[in-house]
Amino acid sequence: MQSEKIFHVIKPGVLTTFQDLGRTGYQKFGVPVSGAMDTFALQIANILVGNQRSAACLEVTLVGPHLEMTAPNPITVALTGAGLEPKLNDNPIKMWKTFTMEKGDRLSFGKHQSGVRAYIAVAGGFDAPVFFGSQSTDVKSGFGRSLDKDDSIYGYPAKAICGIGFTNPPTYQKSVEVAVIEGPHTDFFTKQGRDNFFNNPHTVNANSNRMGYRLKSEPVTHEENMEIWSDAVPFGGIQIPSNGSPIILMADRQTTGGYPRIGTVISSDLPKIAQLVPQGEIRFTPITIEEAQRRAIQMEKFLFKLETFKLN
Amino acid sequence: MHFTLHAMGDSAIKVDFDGEVSPELNRDIQFFCSKLGCAAIPDIVEWVPAFDSVTIYYRPHRLSYTEVCDKIYQINRMNIDRVERKSRLISIPVVYGGKYGPDLGRVAESNKLSEDEVIQIHSEQEYLVFMLGFLPGFPYLGGLNKQIATPRLDEPRAKTVAGSVGIAHEQTGIYPIDSPGGWNIIGKTALTLFDREKEDAFLFRAGDRVTFYEISESEFEKQAWSGELVVEEVDDGKAD
Repeated sequence: MQSEKIFHVIKPGVLTTFQDLGRTGYQKFGVPVSGAMDTFALQIANILVGNQRSAACLEVTLVGPHLEMTAPNPITVALTGAGLEPKLNDNPIKMWKTFTMEKGDRLSFGKHQSGVRAYIAVAGGFDAPVFFGSQSTDVKSGFGRSLDKDDSIYGYPAKAICGIGFTNPPTYQKSVEVAVIEGPHTDFFTKQGRDNFFNNPHTVNANSNRMGYRLKSEPVTHEENMEIWSDAVPFGGIQIPSNGSPIILMADRQTTGGYPRIGTVISSDLPKIAQLVPQGEIRFTPITIEEAQRRAIQMEKFLFKLETFKLN
Repeated sequence: MHFTLHAMGDSAIKVDFDGEVSPELNRDIQFFCSKLGCAAIPDIVEWVPAFDSVTIYYRPHRLSYTEVCDKIYQINRMNIDRVERKSRLISIPVVYGGKYGPDLGRVAESNKLSEDEVIQIHSEQEYLVFMLGFLPGFPYLGGLNKQIATPRLDEPRAKTVAGSVGIAHEQTGIYPIDSPGGWNIIGKTALTLFDREKEDAFLFRAGDRVTFYEISESEFEKQAWSGELVVEEVDDGKAD
């Protein structure tokens, strides 16, 4: 099927990229996974417009783009994630609910209200370049780039049922509590370091990005001169460089790393971090693997039901 | 093979192998990965071999932690014939020091050597590609002489350019693309390590042998255009 131009980019926003559920299968060659920072919001957006849950959306960061619809036939769109005052032809528009765009309609964003990343899904999906099986933009690996002014965006326009909504969207807080499975380098940390990590709040530095969130913390100390052999690093892995300031590894993380890791944020709590604003606050609590997997299953079941029955 | 298992979040498990990091352990790890491939377990997404570990990513809603542990013990007991292998010997031209290797002085100082001694020690060893990781096509090379081992930078650099040759702890490696990084950069090569347009996108494979040889700045500038590469096949016979 031939794709057609669906949007003209009037303004690109600060960092607007294509993201799906990531580039899996090539980590053994050092190819990062990337993908949506908030996979929950991405999947809901896709479900709303009737796409596969894993389809690519536009991931918008804090300042949204300004897009003009250019296809001759109407297209169904859904917005999820961060509250960035979306507007259709300058009229406020509801998020977490499908709407139709016709030729000449303009989608724009206003002030930042809550969260960090919003997702734009279009029924039928986007036609963006595929690298190693994924449409996710990964600028540092050379897979695509963020949107520029006057870019053309292509897709396979389709109309889904309009007015379908997700009635219980998450609210994004400036202070979050997330659960952590400890390890794998537990033995490297001093008791004081571990206590500082779990008993104090951490502040998100402004230089946090899709690769990692840098935190300002009471130093999380580890034993001197304990270098480790590099190993694979997962989404949510919390590495502690020798300065004692934690870095939470996010979607664009490297496949492997060489700093000791005190733990990993559980997958069902990662969206909270993905939507946490700079200067936001994080508290970590330890959790068992069994409980973490119970929550992962719960989230998957929720998305599966929503996809299958369009109920929530 | 003996190992311990660690949960790494709710969707990954680290198989931590006993024993010192060595070419033998690396061969065992490659062997373990071939068995993982043969077993083709549904809901195991992928795995990443490293120096003394293999991390396995899986779908937690289909496969629980205990189930994945059981599978790993089963796989470890599997017997498959080890395959015959050939390894390649790749010689990498490097311009050392100066603007190309801003941390050469730091490496020399922290090991109480001259810069020339560091270069000599670095380029007289033969290295083994233990794994690829960190960046597309980045080779982690084992076999660094302990005399020039140097801890990572305390604060990772915002940008290390493609082709940079670095040292971190007892590892040496080459940056295939520009990236932030915490390695001590001692030099630069003009070779392309990762080309996504090519079918064979990666210059290195796990198991390759690598040597470095010093070139002058003018030779480097010339090579940046011509990009010549010497690859020699070495017959290793049966791997075991």
